[in-house]
Amino acid sequence: MNLPRRTFLKGIFATGGAMALGTTVLPQNVMADWQTAVEAKSVTEAQKALFEGAEITEITDENVIAIKLPEIAENGQVVPIEVTTNLDKLESITILAEKNTVPLVAQFNFPDPEKTVGSVKTRIKIAKTSNVVAVVKAKGQLYAARRELTVTLGGCGG
Amino acid sequence: MADEFRTRLQAKLKEGITEVRTKITHPMETGARRALETGKLIPAHFIEEVKFEHNGKVVMSADWSVGISKDPYCAFKFKGGVEGDTVTLTWKDNKGNTKTEAVTIK
Repeated sequence: MNLPRRTFLKGIFATGGAMALGTTVLPQNVMADWQTAVEAKSVTEAQKALFEGAEITEITDENVIAIKLPEIAENGQVVPIEVTTNLDKLESITILAEKNTVPLVAQFNFPDPEKTVGSVKTRIKIAKTSNVVAVVKAKGQLYAARRELTVTLGGCGG
Repeated sequence: MADEFRTRLQAKLKEGITEVRTKITHPMETGARRALETGKLIPAHFIEEVKFEHNGKVVMSADWSVGISKDPYCAFKFKGGVEGDTVTLTWKDNKGNTKTEAVTIK
């Protein structure tokens, strides 16, 4: 499972250490383990599987990352969510729901920097009143925002 | 069988930004629900992978879990599209069902 990272590091040394190794660089081809992350029982566990323990900066400024959710969700089965970000060199947006049986909901990847616009909308299931977390990966760094959603009727069959 | 998982796709251009929207008819079954009559668990059946291409190049791809709502809706935006360009959506679920839909940017 660590093969892609070793290959990447070999590449750095092959080019004579051309890359600045002083800063923390998240390799692009790290085997982010979706399968393990989707089996995680908590947001923290899912994040660890997806981002390999890399530091995640908390964001509270809505200009940087905004999570748009209804004030109250009467139907937890279908909750509209929009995540927007102004962070440059956006790579992915990951959505997690703290109290869902499966906390990891979705990851949206943006492979073409020239075309990328920091916005995604979808509809998700929220089991009970809890925090919804959006992790944004941009320029190799991780940032997270959270927003509480009140649910009056559970969304996961409960 | 053709319209079992009806996939609607739309791409609208406005001031240089193309908004792509899709609505897919799919149960997105979590695997945790029980059938009322038998009490048996309904097996998980959900879309796992989604890929959008603009003129043949991937512009957005997504991994979904059972946490995406039934009959999934998804929308995103991208730059660099012009009227007449092709936007394609391909999705694949955990049972191996797959569908591709194409639309022109209007």
